[in-house]
Amino acid sequence: MSARWLPFPRAALAVWALWLLLAPSPSVGAVLLGGLLALVLPRLLVALEHARNGARRPLLMLRLAGRVTLDVTRSNLAVAAIALKPWPRPRRAGFVHIPLTLRAPNGLAVLACIITATPGTIWVSWDPQDGMLVIHVLDLVDEAAWVATIRRRYETPLLEIFG
Amino acid sequence: MSAAELPLWAAIVMSLLVLIGAGLALAGSIGLLRLRTFYERVHAPTLAGTLGVTCILVASMLHGSLVEGRPVAREIVLGVFLFLSTPIALLLLVRAALYRDHVAGDRSVPAADTGRPDDDPSGSAKRARDASHAAPDQTQ
Repeated sequence: MSARWLPFPRAALAVWALWLLLAPSPSVGAVLLGGLLALVLPRLLVALEHARNGARRPLLMLRLAGRVTLDVTRSNLAVAAIALKPWPRPRRAGFVHIPLTLRAPNGLAVLACIITATPGTIWVSWDPQDGMLVIHVLDLVDEAAWVATIRRRYETPLLEIFG
Repeated sequence: MSAAELPLWAAIVMSLLVLIGAGLALAGSIGLLRLRTFYERVHAPTLAGTLGVTCILVASMLHGSLVEGRPVAREIVLGVFLFLSTPIALLLLVRAALYRDHVAGDRSVPAADTGRPDDDPSGSAKRARDASHAAPDQTQ
């Protein structure tokens, strides 16, 4: 019965919490309206093919989030330096091909967010046939190092989280 | 607490954060101007979308909790939404550019997965896909 009324309990809870956070002040009306939205909105997820992601290992997620925060901050400074330097040093930008073993759709979605949100790297394409990921790197020094970094730093934890 | 009673340290920290955030947005815009190719340029605006906006959000959180006395969670939600939505816009731009370059015959860029039959025999990944999807692709 509960599965019929609440097909995605965690999503429902998230919608409710979000509504209460965004409400200007806590009130009975906000609680009720948020509850109604929490009952209705998660049903849209049924239309998604990969709505159930089976993510686990919350501690590893936190560690990955910390790692990403650090990397995003560092590459912000690096890209700002590239953009502002009056006489730029010779620099090569290019595409890097990275063979991935990660196949979980939601894991790939998170990886796309990480790579694209990090200044200096952008997700270009991923081939479902052979798992080849193509990214574009603004300051490409060593291709092999990029392949190793992306795989070790992001793909390995994502494999464990999304299995 | 009103804005006039704001302690000096908070005012300084908030001003610095807003300035750093705005500075990063400016650096991103300058990068957008100075970098040469589309694929290089698309990196620049992420400065404003990540650390730049984070600095301004943290300043807004300080202001919200010290001056307005309201909870700060709203800015965190904003940050999460930006982190999720910026890549979608950038990905669409990059894929549109790939498609454009590919149609224009530029073979220095990887093939975009356009879902149409591809006449480029040089991309091995594309060849593998065409081999296994030959029939469905022809119909599109």
